[in-house]
Amino acid sequence: MKCAEFLQELTNYLDGVIDDRTKAELEDHLAWCHNCYVVCDTTRKTIEIYRDSKLYELPDDLRNRLRSAIVSKCQGRRKPGPQGV
Amino acid sequence: MSAIETNVGGPVTDELALVQAAKTGDVEAFGELVRRYDRNVFRIAQHITHNREDAEDVVQDAFLKAYENLGQFQGNSKFYTWLVRIAVNEALMKLRRAKPGRTVSLDEDVQTEDDSLPREVADWSPNPEQQYTQAELKDILTRTIQGLPPSFRTVFVLRDVEGLSTEETAEALDLSVPAVKSRLLRARLQLRERLNRFFQKRNGGDSKQ
Repeated sequence: MKCAEFLQELTNYLDGVIDDRTKAELEDHLAWCHNCYVVCDTTRKTIEIYRDSKLYELPDDLRNRLRSAIVSKCQGRRKPGPQGV
Repeated sequence: MSAIETNVGGPVTDELALVQAAKTGDVEAFGELVRRYDRNVFRIAQHITHNREDAEDVVQDAFLKAYENLGQFQGNSKFYTWLVRIAVNEALMKLRRAKPGRTVSLDEDVQTEDDSLPREVADWSPNPEQQYTQAELKDILTRTIQGLPPSFRTVFVLRDVEGLSTEETAEALDLSVPAVKSRLLRARLQLRERLNRFFQKRNGGDSKQ
């Protein structure tokens, strides 16, 4: 497996959606290719850091204000249609 | 190396019941749906618009639009996926208004100069995020993701921050599954590359700038 092929599979590998055989080939590549190991490891960290970052949290006071406004506007509007589901 | 786990949104057990009740005009039931997903919609909207006031507008407009169009929700997808689709469209409209004359589309398949193979392969410190204060880290992460084209960062946010599946992301953005996968890979690699300068190991140990 070449590095470019490894990168093509990187997203599937990190997401765990890959068949056993391809996974074994990728891990064999990782065992000897330090560059791909670093790219894989730091990409995984990138995802984890963003996932845990709590960027753009909605403060409680703003949250309450928005929800009140939404509910109050919904009350003033027509009922949603009965069709569907 | 273990697979990344997704943090899929809240419980869906009684969600259809809430949607059904809201369809009959039960605003309290709809208020519960708002409570479940307002944080997610706000995050997505801010990631797309980069503007807090616009994001607040998007939260209101998206939920109102969802309420008015509940009759069209067929229940083939999760309510959340359907809502995200509405919210992304509202946020993109805001972005287009904020940047007139610039194409803002999720269809664009952007080629950028750092779009190919990784150029810089530098290992990071063991816990790179701990080198910075919370405020510094948020600033770094915000500026870094804002540098991605909208079509990339929206896919990354839905998939990796909000935990939608690849299929749900494709449905919410009206993209094919291969297009989502391709953009996700490039978004992840570009973010990694851009974070290198903040997180890579430096000679002498302490890497704080």
